[in-house]
Amino acid sequence: MPDRIDLNVGEWRRVSPKYVLVVIASTVISGLVLSAGSLFLWLVGRWSLGWLLLAVVVVTTIVALIIAPRRARSIGYRLRDDDLLFRRGIMFQRFVSVPYGRMQLIDINRGPVSRMLGLADLKFVTAAASTGVMVPGLPEPDAAELRDRLVELAESRRAGL
Amino acid sequence: MSAPEGRAQAGAGAPLSPAQRAAERYTDGEWHRLHPATPLLRGGIVFIALFGFVLSNLRERLIGFFVGAPDYGGDPLDAIYNHGWEGWALLGVAVVLLLCFGAFYLSWRMHTFRITGDAVEVRSGILFRTQRKARLDRIQGINVVRPVLARIFGAAKLDVSVAGHDANVQLAYLGSSLADGLRADVLRLASGVQAAEAAAADGPAGGRDVGATGASRTGAVTDLVGRRVNEFLAPELDPNAAPPVSVVKIPPFRLLGSLLLSGFTVFVLVVVAFLVWGAASGALWLLIVVLPGLLGTASFYLNRFTKSLRYSIAGTPDGVRVGFGLLSTSNETLPPGRIHAVEVLQPLLWRPFGWWQIRIDTAGHSREKGAAGQPNTTMLPVGDAADVSRVLSLVLPGFATDEHRELIETAMVSRGRDTFTGSPRRAAWIRPLSWQRTGYRLVGDAILLRRGVVWRSLAIVPLARLQSLELYQGPVDALLALAKARFHTVSGPVHPRLAAIDAPTGVRLFEAVSARAVAAAVADASHRWGRAVAPTAAAPTAAAPPDVPRPPQADTRTEEES
Repeated sequence: MPDRIDLNVGEWRRVSPKYVLVVIASTVISGLVLSAGSLFLWLVGRWSLGWLLLAVVVVTTIVALIIAPRRARSIGYRLRDDDLLFRRGIMFQRFVSVPYGRMQLIDINRGPVSRMLGLADLKFVTAAASTGVMVPGLPEPDAAELRDRLVELAESRRAGL
Repeated sequence: MSAPEGRAQAGAGAPLSPAQRAAERYTDGEWHRLHPATPLLRGGIVFIALFGFVLSNLRERLIGFFVGAPDYGGDPLDAIYNHGWEGWALLGVAVVLLLCFGAFYLSWRMHTFRITGDAVEVRSGILFRTQRKARLDRIQGINVVRPVLARIFGAAKLDVSVAGHDANVQLAYLGSSLADGLRADVLRLASGVQAAEAAAADGPAGGRDVGATGASRTGAVTDLVGRRVNEFLAPELDPNAAPPVSVVKIPPFRLLGSLLLSGFTVFVLVVVAFLVWGAASGALWLLIVVLPGLLGTASFYLNRFTKSLRYSIAGTPDGVRVGFGLLSTSNETLPPGRIHAVEVLQPLLWRPFGWWQIRIDTAGHSREKGAAGQPNTTMLPVGDAADVSRVLSLVLPGFATDEHRELIETAMVSRGRDTFTGSPRRAAWIRPLSWQRTGYRLVGDAILLRRGVVWRSLAIVPLARLQSLELYQGPVDALLALAKARFHTVSGPVHPRLAAIDAPTGVRLFEAVSARAVAAAVADASHRWGRAVAPTAAAPTAAAPPDVPRPPQADTRTEEES
């Protein structure tokens, strides 16, 4: 790919390598559910194009599984002096900068697979619904530590809405 | 609740409007009750409907009762009469009425509010108590709403909105002039102007107000009627609290034209054409399905028209004040720094006339609908370029200079390739029409985003309000070395964004804006807007909130970009 965006901010902090397993698990599960759905349509619902749907689902799932490690590696964040930088995506790259003072609250979520692996997702919520900064796959102690750090930073840079 | 009019002239030395003096005793931090007609106004429609229903059902009987018409058989009233149960029936009605009034009275007794130095609180409910508190420095807007029925009773709602969904503290209902006065007082308290100073301004009139109840009864009644009429006819802006003239007047014909030349009309025309075609080809059932909806559109137009009539906008020391409405009126004050994004836009159909509309994003939303039944986010329903710059100078006080005005006026109509940082030619692949016009420019602590050729739009985002910033590149963007920038603000009709800008430019924009946004947010003190200009405040330090220890570090990082 030519001309990808490069922010020149040095090394990104990456999420845990174990996060790949979470991505793979969720991809496999959604792939299985969708395959079952299209199988049902094909065999029980007697929909003649059902096999095509099934093929699409299977191929998409396989492609998603192949790029899963890269997708997991593409997620990065960085604590700068005054804002949190966040990035994700390979094909669809997304960079977000959130000033610490804009923090409204921080969510920590653990899904079933993440919990088995000792990982947690950290979500940074601002007054804008579209901010959408979620750092997934952080080791649980790291997530708690990052949360406390962010809250502390936000406190010292408190701004209005 | 309302002092006699004569007193207003008596207090000429320190000119306090009746509204201000009425409000004075309500801001002492004690609990107060609302307008006594509140339960009636809240349940008023139901009551009137019920009364009308009963009346219409009993019409024949009432006529019969008075004129002496033949007897009807077989309805409940006859049954009651025949069994000699009149006494019980009357007792039942009386008990129900008594219970209703008792409940009304209790709910009125229990519904109290208080205004203290740092919050507005309301508590209500008989069985389920609720208490709501809005912090004054978090107020996003104050709306005074007068539905038709309430206007007849001389009452008004005061709607204090703070950030968030359904986060309003509503004082419904208050006396009409009291609502205006309370708004002024709440805004003054919220602005952080020192209490001592405010007291000094109010002081001379304060003592005299206590003995003001001795006016003669008949005088009071005629006075009351006269005042109701005056309130009903008076313009929305209180001459004592705002500059008397609204900066923009919308001629009714322009309003009508703007409604007719809307996307909705196009939709209606399409539906009509579809209907005609359907009728011509024999599908008459279409008429039955669609026609009622089509008739409904008439009421839509009428509603929008009457609601947008008497639009007024004026600047006050406590922010922009926007009023709307012919029968039910609403009049909202947005304190400074509560506007998160502004968009000036022009649909294609409006272009021949040079009309524009202004929309804003705010964090708090009054529960009441604004002009034209739209949410309260339309600052200017329709206006020409001069109106736009007048409204913008109110909405964004930083843009009130001639230089800025000129910049905005040229940017609104520009075809591109000017002082804005534009898109490269290759952006024409994904924005074949608008690539030339797409562009941004940083002006002070705000960014101007221009886009759209068919649907012209110019968005202005004060960086002190920016929540976060996003740079995005999809596969097609990557092939063309382009990027998209999105400016995340609180939810609203304005979605400030830039499509198809040069990727390295996008990175520079991202760096510059993220640094400036932090600096602007730190320097911003608009949550207590009065404090910076109050003569009692220690001047320069008041500009930055005391809880921010460090100076902004904006300049250190902008050099990193190459």
